Amino acid sequence: MIPAQFDYVEATSVADAIRLLAEHGDEAKLLAGGHSLIPLMKLRLVTPATLIDVTHIKELSYIKEDGNNIVIGALTRHRDIEQSELVKKHLPLVAHVAGEVGDPQVRNRGTLGGSLVHGDPAADLPAAALATGATMVIAGQNGERRVSAQEFFIDFLETDVQPGEILTAIEFPKHTDAGWAYEKFVRRAMDYAIVGVALQLGAKPGVALVNMSNKPHLAQSASQAISKGAAIADVLAVINDNTNPPEDLNATVEYREHLARVLTQRAFATASK
Amino acid sequence: MSLVGARVLRKEDPNLITGNGQYVDDLQPAGCTSMVFVRSTEAHAKIRSIDTAEALVLPGVLAVWTSANIAQLANCPGGLPGLDQPLLAKDVVRFVGEGVAVVVATDRYIAADAAELIVVDYEPLPAVASLSAAMAPGAVVLHEALGGNTVHFQDFENPLDDVFAAAPRTASLHIVNNRCAPTPIEPNVCLADWGRSGLTLWAAFQAPHHLRNTIAQYFGIPQDSTRVVAPDVGGGFGAKINFVPEFFLTALLSKEIGRPVKYTQTRSECLVAMLHGRAQEHDASVAFDNDGRILALKLSVTQDQGAYPNGTGMGLPVLTTAMAAGCYRIPAVAISWRNVVTNTTPVAAYRGAGRPEASYTIERLIDLIADETGVDPVEVRRRNFIPVDAFPYATHSPLAMYDSGNFAGALDELLKHVKYDELKKEQEKRRQDPAAKLLGIGFASWLEIAGFGPPGSLEAFGHLASWESAQVRIQPDGSAIIFTGASPHGQGTVTTYAQIAADELGIDFDRISVKHGDTAVVPQGIGTMGSRAVAVGGEGVKTASGRVYENAKRIAAHLLEASAEDIVIEDEKFFVKGTPARSVPWSEVAWKSFQPLELPGGMEPGGLDSTVFQQVPNFSFPSGAYCCVVEIDRETGGVNIVNMYLVDDCGTVINPLLVEGQVHGGVAQGIAQALFEHMLYDPSGVPRTSTLMDYLVPAASDLPGYVTGRTNTPNPSNTLGAKGVGESGSVGAPPAVVNAVVDALSHLGVKHIDMPVTPIKVWNILEGAK
Repeated sequence: MIPAQFDYVEATSVADAIRLLAEHGDEAKLLAGGHSLIPLMKLRLVTPATLIDVTHIKELSYIKEDGNNIVIGALTRHRDIEQSELVKKHLPLVAHVAGEVGDPQVRNRGTLGGSLVHGDPAADLPAAALATGATMVIAGQNGERRVSAQEFFIDFLETDVQPGEILTAIEFPKHTDAGWAYEKFVRRAMDYAIVGVALQLGAKPGVALVNMSNKPHLAQSASQAISKGAAIADVLAVINDNTNPPEDLNATVEYREHLARVLTQRAFATASK
Repeated sequence: MSLVGARVLRKEDPNLITGNGQYVDDLQPAGCTSMVFVRSTEAHAKIRSIDTAEALVLPGVLAVWTSANIAQLANCPGGLPGLDQPLLAKDVVRFVGEGVAVVVATDRYIAADAAELIVVDYEPLPAVASLSAAMAPGAVVLHEALGGNTVHFQDFENPLDDVFAAAPRTASLHIVNNRCAPTPIEPNVCLADWGRSGLTLWAAFQAPHHLRNTIAQYFGIPQDSTRVVAPDVGGGFGAKINFVPEFFLTALLSKEIGRPVKYTQTRSECLVAMLHGRAQEHDASVAFDNDGRILALKLSVTQDQGAYPNGTGMGLPVLTTAMAAGCYRIPAVAISWRNVVTNTTPVAAYRGAGRPEASYTIERLIDLIADETGVDPVEVRRRNFIPVDAFPYATHSPLAMYDSGNFAGALDELLKHVKYDELKKEQEKRRQDPAAKLLGIGFASWLEIAGFGPPGSLEAFGHLASWESAQVRIQPDGSAIIFTGASPHGQGTVTTYAQIAADELGIDFDRISVKHGDTAVVPQGIGTMGSRAVAVGGEGVKTASGRVYENAKRIAAHLLEASAEDIVIEDEKFFVKGTPARSVPWSEVAWKSFQPLELPGGMEPGGLDSTVFQQVPNFSFPSGAYCCVVEIDRETGGVNIVNMYLVDDCGTVINPLLVEGQVHGGVAQGIAQALFEHMLYDPSGVPRTSTLMDYLVPAASDLPGYVTGRTNTPNPSNTLGAKGVGESGSVGAPPAVVNAVVDALSHLGVKHIDMPVTPIKVWNILEGAK
């Protein structure tokens, strides 16, 4: 609970952050809301030599409409996403999920980009990004590149953000007037989900599962089945395809798979309301 | 107007809610240093070597100690001779979290860095992390001196075999009372400053005088120059009446390095190093007739003491077995208990300490009798209650002489709030509808032993005595200061004592302050535990205030040239009854009480000052009736408390607001034990719930709203009539919740589910029934 020593520098712009990342190398970590990183540092599970604080980069905190997309800056706080009229109109699933993260203190501090780059399979927002088919914008010394949410999440707490790079924005295709639901099973309201299901219906449907694999998990077979207009029972039959659920004090593999089916079914019921 | 009974806002809150409280960790005297522990990562191992070389040379490090540095020191006080915990492990570690070494550095970060550089070479030994493992034949022995792992075994005096053999019906349960971590918001914190004028120890503690007496004795130093201060304390729940190595280590290290030494426990440490609670297993049997009347009860308690048994932990099964019969007239009761050591964190008092375990088991048995006989659980309770005219009522235990109560009355009051018949119909309807959530209704008629206590009761736990001190002193301006030995840790004692004193003295509530927690300010005291602060300490405030008031009346009578018997008070003015026009204000009486020329003959100056060592003849017996209504999601196994109805009988209520707060908090902890919290170890003794991500303390959002009600049978052992309420909720809530869950599932043949009732446990039951 007492972090090891580290140096601290503040980045003033994206370019500055990239320069500082190059300067401090592998031992540096970007600090945004700090809600994933700081607890790990306090347990000394992570001991970065330098923290590059990016929270003061104003240019990365925004929500804007860009043609068929809603683009959200990586440093936008959960609370701002939850309350944004633009997000509520075109991405109600994302707005809702942002309001389901932790408690009000966490939501006022935590950032969308921070949650995504942490790559926690038990987190809420990665599932929303997967279900809505988001694209990650990553900047580095060689400029910007774009990666789909599905390719972005690589393994447990591992994403496609490479050393020297920073996630700058998330581009969400609009899901205006489409059905959606987020079902989260927890023992305490503020806990990580034991299992969660993010369901986006409409023209570009997707369903993603929380805490059902070693990484944030897009249920591909199920998503495809929904695209083809399959019956709910047929979606449920494949919802656990390619999952790799963990076993812990709260759940066995069997129980998690059961919960994934139950919650998916409930998600369909909620989405149709 | 009487202030006793009024919903007065707390005097404590303006400071606490604006961040102006002062806790030990807020103190930062000049030259303050920081101590950090190296704690065992092994549950049971020999220590081959400890390499401190790298830590010692880290800049900023002032001292690194292992057991080798303190070889001359006795083990930590409070334990059992020969089985007590060393301040730092000597040769062997016996639980994960046991202190192995300490580092003192100029700041906490350096100390933590240095602690990481210390290398402990362990030779792992087999560990026993559960009662069954510790008692298994051939189990590894924790303490050679014991020869086995049983510390003490008290067998049945008469196992009642004949009664059970002859009974129309019998039933039995094996019940696990889950181990809990007390988890106060403020963990253990202490700050020692041992200079030329003596030792001052600031500590987050519930009984500062107990600590002063003990630490002076431990170091062989006089008490006149040993000062213990418990400033604002952020909760304790019983865990802060235990002596822990940090008190003695910070003191000695301060003396050694000549600077103040502070230790602030981290949350991770708190979960494994602060003593745990509950951790009992019960084998309980009842004999009863076909109408649900109980003929005999037999309870055998096995108490997990953790690695190092202590006096409080050893007392837990004594209290549990004393209260085994709960609110019921049971013709024959047989009790037995066994204390066992395991490679886990030591166990001691936790909110209720032994009584929640008792009420849980007897209330589970009552529901089992209802289930077996088909008699409604409410009716089974009624048929067995001790009737209201039977008090004082002698139980099977000499400890538990019930002095008052009205158990049927509390249940009647409860049923005014609970629409029981409608709920039962609704339950039946839902059982027929596969899409509906299952409904369960659970009752608990509970009783506990509190108000510690009568002479001898706390001495048995190593305290100086069982009275509580109260001094009431009038200042020259007519304001009053109360000094109490019952140092609070969140109870609102400053408010309740001022209410009691205001009524007795006729002085305005806002001109009464309460001092506590500093042995230099309050020379003697016992402490706050066992729901005693009002029943014993508050009674002392009343007694001392009354004595001061009598003296004040004498002075007022002298000034008014009247007789003291004729003097009354109103709005802080003394006057002869019937002639309020001619009066003398409290401020004048107070001022003149210090002036010999103004006093009646024979009265000495400073006489408006009274110190009382308040004794009480008996324990108190708070009781109540609770009802919990749960819904169970058939698909997920999730349990949701829909309603919680709480009728408490704590005797006279000093402040309803504070009583409700205590009930809410106690019930929250009871629900926590029933549904959420469980300190779990794997078979090798490694804690599996060592962070608050895994050890599930519920938040407000996880708890229901409460409907509270009250009955009042005054406590005959004090003139206030108050019984105490601090532990009530944690005694009454667990059986109400679990009885509701079992009731919801009873149509599936479910007789019992051990706490905590987790969704996966319920889901497995529902799946198994398919």
